[in-house]
Amino acid sequence: MIRLEKRPSPSKVWTYATPVLAVVLTMLAGGILFAILGKDPLEAIRTIFWDPLFHPQFSGFSRPQLLVKAGPLILIAIGLSMGFRAGIWNIGAEGQYIVGALAGAAAGLALYPSESVLIFPMMVIAGALGGWAWAMIPAILKVQFRTNEILVSLLLVYVAENLLASASVGWLRNPEGGGFPGSRSLSGWDASSNPELIAGTGMHWGVVAGFIAVIFAYVVMSRHLLGYHIQLAGQAPRAARFAGVNPSRLIIMCLGISGALAGLAGLFEVTGPAGQISIDFNAGYGFTAIIVAFLGRLNPIGILLAGMLMALTYIGGELAQFMLALPAAAIQAFQGMLLFFLLGVDVLSNYRIRIGARETA
Amino acid sequence: MMDLSSINPVVLVASLMVAATPILLAAIGELIVEKSGVLNLGVEGMMITGAICGFIIAVESGSPVIGFFAAALGAALLSSIFGFLTLVLLSNQVATGLALTLFGLGLSALMGQGYIGIKAPTTSPLNFGVLGDIPLIGRILFSHDWMVYLSLALIAGTWAFLKFTRAGLVLRAVGESHDAAHALGYKVIRIRLLAIMFGGACAGLGGAYLSLVRVPQWTEGMTAGAGWIALAIVVFASWKPWRVLLGAYLFGGITVLQLNLQAAGATIPVELLSMSPYIITILVLVIISADRRRAALSAPADLGKPFHATS
Repeated sequence: MIRLEKRPSPSKVWTYATPVLAVVLTMLAGGILFAILGKDPLEAIRTIFWDPLFHPQFSGFSRPQLLVKAGPLILIAIGLSMGFRAGIWNIGAEGQYIVGALAGAAAGLALYPSESVLIFPMMVIAGALGGWAWAMIPAILKVQFRTNEILVSLLLVYVAENLLASASVGWLRNPEGGGFPGSRSLSGWDASSNPELIAGTGMHWGVVAGFIAVIFAYVVMSRHLLGYHIQLAGQAPRAARFAGVNPSRLIIMCLGISGALAGLAGLFEVTGPAGQISIDFNAGYGFTAIIVAFLGRLNPIGILLAGMLMALTYIGGELAQFMLALPAAAIQAFQGMLLFFLLGVDVLSNYRIRIGARETA
Repeated sequence: MMDLSSINPVVLVASLMVAATPILLAAIGELIVEKSGVLNLGVEGMMITGAICGFIIAVESGSPVIGFFAAALGAALLSSIFGFLTLVLLSNQVATGLALTLFGLGLSALMGQGYIGIKAPTTSPLNFGVLGDIPLIGRILFSHDWMVYLSLALIAGTWAFLKFTRAGLVLRAVGESHDAAHALGYKVIRIRLLAIMFGGACAGLGGAYLSLVRVPQWTEGMTAGAGWIALAIVVFASWKPWRVLLGAYLFGGITVLQLNLQAAGATIPVELLSMSPYIITILVLVIISADRRRAALSAPADLGKPFHATS
């Protein structure tokens, strides 16, 4: 008879060990999945996790991609993790990411073809505000009407996707683009471009913002009163109320921060790697960031590492697509599997597993 | 030019029933899950898995009926992962539900690799003979395929199950207070697992209805938020089966109407029309949750709480 016994407090060792264990289990299960697809599992795993960094031929191209992909994931996941800790579930980061990109791009393009150096900073602010405003919809509805923020934030993703479609075929379409959908090139216009800052690293302003967000979140969560309130509200909502934590304020803050960070990520993406507003520039980072947040155990440093690992699976997935003809969807399933294993093995940090007959009182 | 006269109200009602069926099926399954005290946010993932399982098996066997069975089975199996994680390993229900959706979307895209652009075998409407020729009513009530009637039967069955049967009472007891139900000797985990798998099967049927009847093709991500709307409809319905029917048909009506407006060449931008079902769902959620007493009273008391038997 196997049974679980709740630990008085989560195990320190397992807190660090479970993400690693989950990654190992996912590699095993992923290997089985790849074998079913008729690929050599060892080769597939090596192509995904090793070759992007160390392959003599491809690593030169894929190593910089690591930061390009990790930047938005970290930026979004940091914001999400603060809310998740407080039990506030913003799962519509994808929508905030899109609206941030749209708001920033629209603000910049309104001044086209000016070459002022103020344009890019203004677009950054507009991007953050756009994401923030989109996240305020579920926040205000939750505070005012107790509407479930999970459903509202997610449904707004579909609204944002339609906005994006109308922008790229309508109100933000490149007037000189010959009628093709998509905005003017933002990366090609000096005033709005978000270039690689150090050649060959993939480092752009979005990655810098991601690193700043990690430090900011670390300080807030461990040193600031807001971080304390977030943790208190997540662990003991009743106690938090008695301690004077204002739940409405916390909802507004958490959704606002995560929305603004997601909006920033979107803006940096359309001005940099994506280069323009197009109907499908959003690559699902807003959803993958949820996995990143959990894989990093909702801890800023953990999210930094998890973002890198997740970026690796993206790049490795592309490489495996190219080298082994592994379908792109396999990586998506692989990432989903990782979250399953992560949530499953978490039982080890919160519970002791007791094997043997039940003691009778 | 907009030509509203091209929209025929009788056809509109008949087609809204078809449009609403996927959501209706998913929502009634989720209602049972939530009545047992479990919040499964993975409806979208289970629907899309059902859509592809049903599609593959229907194409391979040539029989949509077998396809629907496979869809229910596949999605129920997927939901049992959620059940195992949340009930046995006591993982967070919100996070695990999201994982189910993300995994389901990836898995379905993977399974559907070779099935893009193929047409599903047709599911024809049932033949009611003379009844189908009655003006108005014939077209609205007697012109559908068997899944539409099955979905209606499921609503009635769920209502009767919850209201009149002992098993329904036990299910509700588990959802209202798992500790009390456990103390009375009911197997909380087993009951919840069965509820979750029933919810999965229903979501799978809903997904398969999309890929086999409504579209009827396979495209990646074809559920397009239908699972989330089903979740919203359960809240809208205040966890009452007949109101699920009302909510799903209202939603189906909006969907069909906006599609008709698009086809009729309305001056409203297409994107605005396409986003309207989501916006209206949000508005409805707001109206329902603004009523403080009703929202608090109708939700199962132990919804979303983990159950760990200490004795």
